[in-house]
Amino acid sequence: MSAAPKRNATPTSRRRFLQDAARAAGACAVAGMALGKLATDARALPAQAIRPPGALPEEDFLAACIRCGLCVRDCPYDTLKLAELGIEGPATGTPYFTARDIPCEMCDDIPCVVACPTGALDHGLTNIDDADMGLAVLIDEEHCLNALGLRCDVCYRVCPVIDKAITLERRHNERSGAHAIFMPIVHSDHCTGCGKCEKSCVLPGEAAIKVLPRRVAMAEAADHYKLGWEDRNPMVDDIIDLPDRLPGPGTDNLAAPGGYLPDGMPDPSMDGGFTPSFELPGTGGAGQ
Amino acid sequence: MSEKTALPVGQEAIRDKGWWMAHRFLILRRVAQAFFLGLFLLGPWFGIWWVKGNLAGSLTFDVLPLTDPFVLVQGLVAQHWPEMTAIIGALIVGVVYALIGGRVYCSWVCPINPVTDAAHWLHDRLGLAKGWQPKRGTRYWVLGMVLVVSALTGTIAWEFVNPISMLHRGLIFGMGFAWTFVLAVFLFDLVVSRRGWCGHLCPVGAFYGLLGHGSILRVSAVKRSECDDCMDCFAVCPEMHVITPALRGADEDTPIILSPDCSNCGRCVDVCAPDVFKFTTRFDTTPAPARAVRRNKQRQPEASRAA
Ligand code: SF4
Ligand code: SF4
Ligand code: SF4
Ligand code: SF4
Ligand code: SF4
Repeated sequence: MSAAPKRNATPTSRRRFLQDAARAAGACAVAGMALGKLATDARALPAQAIRPPGALPEEDFLAACIRCGLCVRDCPYDTLKLAELGIEGPATGTPYFTARDIPCEMCDDIPCVVACPTGALDHGLTNIDDADMGLAVLIDEEHCLNALGLRCDVCYRVCPVIDKAITLERRHNERSGAHAIFMPIVHSDHCTGCGKCEKSCVLPGEAAIKVLPRRVAMAEAADHYKLGWEDRNPMVDDIIDLPDRLPGPGTDNLAAPGGYLPDGMPDPSMDGGFTPSFELPGTGGAGQ
Repeated sequence: MSEKTALPVGQEAIRDKGWWMAHRFLILRRVAQAFFLGLFLLGPWFGIWWVKGNLAGSLTFDVLPLTDPFVLVQGLVAQHWPEMTAIIGALIVGVVYALIGGRVYCSWVCPINPVTDAAHWLHDRLGLAKGWQPKRGTRYWVLGMVLVVSALTGTIAWEFVNPISMLHRGLIFGMGFAWTFVLAVFLFDLVVSRRGWCGHLCPVGAFYGLLGHGSILRVSAVKRSECDDCMDCFAVCPEMHVITPALRGADEDTPIILSPDCSNCGRCVDVCAPDVFKFTTRFDTTPAPARAVRRNKQRQPEASRAA
């Protein structure tokens, strides 16, 4: 019975088949676009949802994480949660944590990464100090107690990478004129984004120091910028070079070996003397 | 049409075989569904961590990894090469379902099945029209669409909407508004399309169906000559088109239901009073003569009890 339509495939039935196929393809295209929109929207990870240690960059993460929650189960501090639909921002079912609630305690054996069956949490991460969950930022200098000139220091004290990830920098207190301000300064090359500082900030409600994703928290230096006090060589390859000028009148290197006298003749006193082997047009002689 | 079709579905079977024999696979199936869900809930509810994770990926007794192969395939087309653990887990799951029937997942494990079964029960109770019935191959189109979207967006696309994981993960890890997806499926099956979700659209079912294409475990209409045309099997089967070729086949046609759409739910075995159906393997060659009678009669339209 079921084979009957195949046996007598008339032009009509073939046309109907093609119509059905076209309709199905059209419906799938519409549904597919809706699904694609959902999938691309999901990449907009909210700034305060922090992925677990070793998480791949967001666009790779959504291809890798199967939302099994094994990382959540193996976190001894109940740091991680799976996002719930319509309640938290990350893609539904993907793991994240909120630093102000429960930060990552930076376990030495990184059980969350070990538990991940897919590598959405990169198994290449074996030293938790290399983790890069985000970057702490002292976001509210108007309320941070240290920035106001008091000695709170709590965020600094709790940092698992104290004195590397976060330091206290002594500044003059302009307001009192007589005291120091110990500014908490976070250093991006050591901060793991664990969120211990944010969790511990003594202010009620929001913390003055917050972990943000690096894509939000960090600017990027242009390729040719140099910090002169770190690198004495002012040259930047391919962009800034020493001027290509011939020695001669009007330049500042007349006294240099092989330089010229004001009348344009080579300095005879110069050891070895020097005669340019070419002439520049229109000067009647060498030099410019 | 036989006058027996007037009896409520399964009445005859209950009368002839007793209530238990007329419901055993239904009951076993509910027990299995509760068991598999319960295993996952032991941890979060009672602190007994035999099984961690959810249907997408899990770890049992800290040694046995299991991964949903469909989720992994989407990850692969989204160009993520997973760690070995996930691959091994998917292979184990894949091999098991390839042997026992891919859609065994649908009827014995999937937590959405009780939802759509409930919708179908209510649908019957209210006597609603069957509504929109998508074409047979629609689920494969949906499956293809999911893979294309996964590839284009570089994400595991179906997991953004999959009502199965919404429900399963929701029960285990916290639901949020994920129940809206479950309610949507229920209402869809109830008022838009009878048996619409599991029977026509769900790409997970389509994937598992393909996976179990050559499965060993099968239902066979081995005593088809004793069929008395009560049509109860068609009425209870969630994929009734799979029954016809086996039950109504000629002598030389196999009585084994070979369609990958059959979910091995065993409901047809339950409701058949003369015990036409039984579970067997695809290699079973027990002779099964076709029905001798009613050759001259007009054949029943296969889905006469459908609405
Ligand atoms: S490193 Fe430890 S505390 Fe941090 S998320 Fe992983 S398991 Fe939890
Ligand atoms: S264990 Fe890995 S795959 Fe599973 S939810 Fe966590 S990150 Fe995702
Ligand atoms: S997030 Fe805060 S506590 Fe953690 S490493 Fe960075 S500065 Fe230290
Ligand atoms: S804990 Fe908060 S208030 Fe105290 S120094 Fe750190 S950021 Fe400022
Ligand atoms: S043929 Fe039988 S076992 Fe297969 S889906 Fe239908 S009722 Fe279930």
